[in-house]
Amino acid sequence: MARLRHAWHVALTLLGVSVVVFVLMRVVPGDPVAMMIPPGAGPEDIARLRAFYGLDRSIPAQYGVWLLHAVQGELGTSIAFKRDVLELIGQHLPATLELGFTALVLAVLAGGSAGVVSAAMHGRWISSLTDGAAAVVQAVPDFLWGLVFILLFGVVWIWLPISGRLDPLLDFHPVTGFVFFESLLRGRLDVTASVFSHSVAPALALALPVAAMIARVLKASMQEALAADYVLLARLKGLSATRVLLVEALPNAVTPTLQLTGVQFAFLLGGTVLIERLFSYPGIGSLSISAVVARDLPLIQGVVLTFAVLFIAINLVVEALTVALNPRLRSRQR
Amino acid sequence: MSRRAVAPLGARLVRSPRVLFGGLVCLLLVAAALLAPWLAPMDPLEQDLLSPFEPPAWSGAAAPPSPDDAPRHWLGTDNLGRDVLSRLIYGARTALIVAVTAALLAALAGSTLGALAGYAGGRADTVIGRLVDVWMSFPPVLLAIVLVSVIGTGLVSVIVAIAIVDWTRFCRVVRAETRAQRALDYVTSARMLGLSAPRILLTEVLPNVTPLLITLLTLEMGIAIVVEAMLSFVGLSVASGASTWGGMLGEGRLYVNQAPWLMVLPMAAMMLAVLGLNALGDGLRRELDPVVRR
Repeated sequence: MARLRHAWHVALTLLGVSVVVFVLMRVVPGDPVAMMIPPGAGPEDIARLRAFYGLDRSIPAQYGVWLLHAVQGELGTSIAFKRDVLELIGQHLPATLELGFTALVLAVLAGGSAGVVSAAMHGRWISSLTDGAAAVVQAVPDFLWGLVFILLFGVVWIWLPISGRLDPLLDFHPVTGFVFFESLLRGRLDVTASVFSHSVAPALALALPVAAMIARVLKASMQEALAADYVLLARLKGLSATRVLLVEALPNAVTPTLQLTGVQFAFLLGGTVLIERLFSYPGIGSLSISAVVARDLPLIQGVVLTFAVLFIAINLVVEALTVALNPRLRSRQR
Repeated sequence: MSRRAVAPLGARLVRSPRVLFGGLVCLLLVAAALLAPWLAPMDPLEQDLLSPFEPPAWSGAAAPPSPDDAPRHWLGTDNLGRDVLSRLIYGARTALIVAVTAALLAALAGSTLGALAGYAGGRADTVIGRLVDVWMSFPPVLLAIVLVSVIGTGLVSVIVAIAIVDWTRFCRVVRAETRAQRALDYVTSARMLGLSAPRILLTEVLPNVTPLLITLLTLEMGIAIVVEAMLSFVGLSVASGASTWGGMLGEGRLYVNQAPWLMVLPMAAMMLAVLGLNALGDGLRRELDPVVRR
């Protein structure tokens, strides 16, 4: 029952998303077809295009036709790139996903260790230092961190690339868009290294605010766990401090952090829109900006829908994970 | 609130380092914005094509000696020879206008809907909750960029776009807070006295939500400043002639190797504004709220 209601909830959200995108695209002054016609099209071509997109019908009917096309993945042809929108997105999305996951891993590693250290050292200078740093780091958004890294690695220490995704001199022809994993699997470690070094600066910019948030939440729940009876028992049994911290307290403290990390991952992916532009990284974020700047309506609509579906999917996965990790939530009805 | 409670609060605020730092930054921002014509040493748009990329005064590389001791460019000049300091000061104007109006608009829309959802519950709550869910399914920055490209560029569109994107922040918090307050005895007694719902919300619930609202407002002001800069950065904000920090960043990015200060300075200004607003919000929340929520 709860699951059914949940599916209904997701379907409703998706429907709402589609309405918002449809309305946004129809508010634009001007005729959407006028932007889609190839140069030199005759009046009958325009009429045919108009009928294809259902623009000769009423607004609700137009929405129906549009939704039917969208669900089938027919998002039209990009005006600026003269290519199928879905194909373009499919080509750019893997780069963004790889960047997003790199950032997520960095955020979890940095934030997780900062949180654990700060909880273990509570009351000492190192803990106040991490807490203060986390507060400052979290306050500054990813865009500003991106600028900081451009200056740092572009001007001060020139040992990390700040533009592109891959050294253009490398001879590598990927079959998939997942260049990092593909090169790893094909044993081209030089390519893997190049992709990684190109993604460090943008990934750090995306990761820092999330890392700070992880550190703060993890510290709070770790402190709670460290004050619990079972930790006292473990200490009395004579387990080492590290063991008490990592084996006894951490697993019990990790759930709220995990939930937060999942939600923040969606926002982190949203941050790629400008970070990719800043670092000339060829993902769906850069594609979105190009689409907006060129007023490429079919492409804008495609990327907005893609991000929305991605966000909803991430939230679903996070919810499933939270339930799987916390047995108490399984039987409870929302 | 009795007078006796007010005095210690004022004293506490002055002693809070967060509030002091944040207040100082805000004062600086407001002063720069209001007094721009008097503070700025030059016209921010006046080009001097004979002296582009002049480094800031503190850097060792002295500016080429000008014969008649012409006005000094304290923070250097940009690619068109415009005075960076003056542009920064005028940029504070745009930043402050966007920050205040966008944050207030988002707060007004979000808290009204949030209070409605939290107080009325039932169907209104469900509908508003779904609306928030739909809104949260879009990356905020992308939504702002698409909105501006749809409704057209310019200061007003930027403000409207930020408010349309960010009202959910206020809505979610105010809804939860209103629900919590509604369950408390004082609201029940107000209802039993026969007060109307709007009156209860305004005179009973609102004062108790205010500390939280102030915190959210200062945070939102920081966000609005950054979002405006992002929009200027991709060329979608105010007309390119005006001085904005984001526009300066966008231009500075092109010359980052040649003249890094063109990017460093507006970046530092934004960093200071964001950190100051955050510290102010955080400090006010700690001092205004009897029970500090974690």
